[in-house]
Amino acid sequence: MSVGLVIVSHSAQLAAGVVELAAQMAPDVVLVPAGGMDGGGIGTSLEKVMTALGLADTGDGAVVLADLGSAVMTAESALEFLGGPELVLLADAPLVEGAVAAAVAAQSGASVDVVCKAAESALNPGGTPASGLAPAPGGPAAEGAGSAVGHGGPEPAGAAVEAVLTLINPMGLHARPAAALAGELGAMDVEIEINGVDGQSVMMLMTLGAGQGTELAVSATGPDAQRAVDLVRREVEAGFGEI
Amino acid sequence: MSQTLDTAWAVRWLRASAAVIAENRVALIELDRAIGDGDHGENMDRGFSAILEKLDGEQPANPGAAFKLAAMTLMSKVGGAAGPLYGTAFLRAGTAVGDAAELDSAAVVAALTAARDGVVARGKAEVGDKTMIDAWTPAVDAAAAAAATGADPAAVLAAAASAAESGAESTDPLIARKGRASYLAERAIGHRDPGAASSALLLRAGADVAEVAA
Repeated sequence: MSVGLVIVSHSAQLAAGVVELAAQMAPDVVLVPAGGMDGGGIGTSLEKVMTALGLADTGDGAVVLADLGSAVMTAESALEFLGGPELVLLADAPLVEGAVAAAVAAQSGASVDVVCKAAESALNPGGTPASGLAPAPGGPAAEGAGSAVGHGGPEPAGAAVEAVLTLINPMGLHARPAAALAGELGAMDVEIEINGVDGQSVMMLMTLGAGQGTELAVSATGPDAQRAVDLVRREVEAGFGEI
Repeated sequence: MSQTLDTAWAVRWLRASAAVIAENRVALIELDRAIGDGDHGENMDRGFSAILEKLDGEQPANPGAAFKLAAMTLMSKVGGAAGPLYGTAFLRAGTAVGDAAELDSAAVVAALTAARDGVVARGKAEVGDKTMIDAWTPAVDAAAAAAATGADPAAVLAAAASAAESGAESTDPLIARKGRASYLAERAIGHRDPGAASSALLLRAGADVAEVAA
């Protein structure tokens, strides 16, 4: 079981398309479209959203993504009707990117909070919740100026684990392996960069556009650094199972 | 003069609303065509027609149940932003009055206030944004003022309806800051907000059927 997703759109075709796209990277996640009106046509339907929520939440909760204004309002209304269920969250996220990021996070077994944050950080993967290292705003300031002295380096102990790997499979680091890698890395306690982008973010890995023959510079820190780099090496050397 | 409004009033209000929306379907479409996507009259008519069908099939147990029936139906059938906005208004109004069999003036004010707050919560609009809220907030204020002077529920609703009508008129010169009309900037000036207009129609319908009862 995993967290399920509900895709709310004014258009039935759009909702179904987003589900189709996200499902490619998350074969085990329950993705339910709730697009269009009851009798067809453009619009959103509370009943469709509520039915979809019932299907998507198989016990671990569900995250709802919506497209434009009134779809968001319909989704909010559905949650209000259901009395604000604890395990159902409405993500403030771009529909397509958010759905893909959330589906990958759900596939890796993440909790409903993490799946929601994955959706919400889809356009800004630098701040992925998995990294957990972004300083809380106001945190340092709250300590006052005096405490800056002597804080030499609360860096995590241990040097970075690094590797340079060459993509050998014909399609390179395309959507499916990017999703698989980001999903597995996301479940580890690690800070990992691949060619300068966050290895736990499927969206950032895909932006690399890394094709066959591309060299990947991998650098990881944190308790699972070695495991993470080993995983990337194993996958890359196996051509992501595609050769 | 009756000091309370009952379930029969709530049902009559919903039926009268359906009638007045059907009557003004084209007018609302024209208002929305000027500054929106032109579907407000169509959407509202579909939603309220669906409420009529529901009412033919079941008799709500109390005013709150009638409001909740309307909420669920509007949210499912209207389609555009008006669905969740009016749906939330009726849902919150239904929650505010609970399972009371009769509503006094204070309960009417509480229902209107909760409805307005629901619309604000959902749409994030303020007075002056050229939205439903420009009708609702003056209506709530006028209802509260009327109730404070000891007015009966019918008079409270009449005060709310008059204030909503003035509020809807007040949207004519405004530039929209929410919804699709906001894309039009100055071109929205001179056009009445369709949501404010339909809000005034609904509140007037509620007041009219209350007077008949009183």
